[in-house]
Amino acid sequence: MAERGALAEGLRAYRLIAGMWIRSSMTYRTSFVVTVLGNLTVTGLDFVGILLMFSQVDALGGWSLPEVAFLYGLSVTSFGIADLALGSMDVLGARMRDGSFDTLLVRPAPVLAQVGADRFALRRLGRITQGAVVLGWALASVDVDWSASKVLLVPVMVVSGAAIFSAVFVAGAAFQIYAQDAAEVQNAFTYGGTTLLQYPPTVFGRDLVRGVTFMLPLAFVNWVPAAHVLGRPYPVGLPGWAAFASPLVAVACCALAGLAWRTGLRSYRSTGS
Amino acid sequence: MGSGRLYAAVAAGGFRRYATYRAATVAGVFTNTVFGVILVYTYLALWHEKPHLGGYDQAQAVTYVWLGQCLYATLAIQGGGAEKDLMERIRTGEIAVDLYRPADLQLWWLAGDVGRALFQMLGRGVVPFVFGAVFFPMALPTDVTPWAAFLVTLLLAAVVSFALRYLAALSVFWLMDGMGVNQVLMVTGIFFSGMVLPLNAFPGALGEVVRVLPWAAQIQMPADVLMGETDPLGAFAFQAAWAVALLAAGRLLQSAATRRVVVQGG
Repeated sequence: MAERGALAEGLRAYRLIAGMWIRSSMTYRTSFVVTVLGNLTVTGLDFVGILLMFSQVDALGGWSLPEVAFLYGLSVTSFGIADLALGSMDVLGARMRDGSFDTLLVRPAPVLAQVGADRFALRRLGRITQGAVVLGWALASVDVDWSASKVLLVPVMVVSGAAIFSAVFVAGAAFQIYAQDAAEVQNAFTYGGTTLLQYPPTVFGRDLVRGVTFMLPLAFVNWVPAAHVLGRPYPVGLPGWAAFASPLVAVACCALAGLAWRTGLRSYRSTGS
Repeated sequence: MGSGRLYAAVAAGGFRRYATYRAATVAGVFTNTVFGVILVYTYLALWHEKPHLGGYDQAQAVTYVWLGQCLYATLAIQGGGAEKDLMERIRTGEIAVDLYRPADLQLWWLAGDVGRALFQMLGRGVVPFVFGAVFFPMALPTDVTPWAAFLVTLLLAAVVSFALRYLAALSVFWLMDGMGVNQVLMVTGIFFSGMVLPLNAFPGALGEVVRVLPWAAQIQMPADVLMGETDPLGAFAFQAAWAVALLAAGRLLQSAATRRVVVQGG
């Protein structure tokens, strides 16, 4: 009961702070529209790169353009949701350096909610939109014999993927408590992760695929369930039910990230400035 | 103090300023290495599917990836070099102080940016490049001459990169806010420099166009000179022509800005 109360309180705090940032960004409407468009263009460059590659070849790692677009759409949409919700967490290191993090600690609201909603940027809808458009195109053009379970798996992938990426963001924030200046390391796992998942697993070395299946289970964002949908062999020969394991993996990741965050927060020492 | 020594001191200041953040540098090295590994595998798949794409073999494509990671921060491909500070100084009006200095505005900022580039290259660029050379097959020359020519192209690339970003920064005199310009810098920088795909692998007419734009001076030219894919003198001429043209445009815009624009105050 107490847990649920804390969760509701956190969500409420998150909603209030995010709402404040949305109102502030809406003050300059033109600027907002321009930055959404800019965000859309920047994130779209990855896909332009894939299109340029496919202007030269018919398949990459044995996968066709619609299949790669399917991976791309899933990776970018789920990452976009996590990025919208928690993407501003990379300012955490800066907040600790200048001491303003201490202010968050004394406020009567969960710290994670405050940090997550800090500088909430609605312009990040650009990435979600761009990912969703590519996903829509891919769904219309992949050659798949759709069954009920395959159809259901698509939204499950997006939601679980968003949760897995959110866990990466929270774990990254916990890491920043120890390594304040090294915030950029997080980018290797967040942006690096979503870039990795845009390409078929057959492209990468076996050890790398094993690593992102068993150590940092990004493969469950799209590679494993998408392989089921597309009727392709699973990476690293996982059993058949693995395609449906994404929600479980997501819950486990979130639990571990939450634990890391609490541990990090407890060991936080103010700079004193 | 001779003016040469003045600009050398400014460059040294730029170098030292970035050298202060050691943890951030290590983090950057790690991130560039991870991205390099991801890109190498995708390029290897592409070149496996279509050998000799753009005249490169697989080892050359791999070399291009690691060179791109090495130069990403060095040449501030997506922005974030001297132009960021310059924009902020124009926005706040502190630029007035810079204009009072008995030094040339453009050369002052160029010197600072070259110092920054040198640090980013040594501190952040070399390690991912060496990592790539150790773990993946690369096409590196064993002769001294291509390496020497490569260093010249790097210097010219740094000047072209600065000249582009200086132009962008000056626009803030009229726009008052650099956010939109920064996004344009980011998109054009990533795409036209060949961070997405080497410019020689771009198809058809698009390829013809991107290979003569100034961004081609940044990664494509140094890569081609290093791997002996192009005549060094031709590459120098291409880079120098763009450097001179863009710096001249910068001077024109600078004089227009300082004559007509009222400095922000407050």
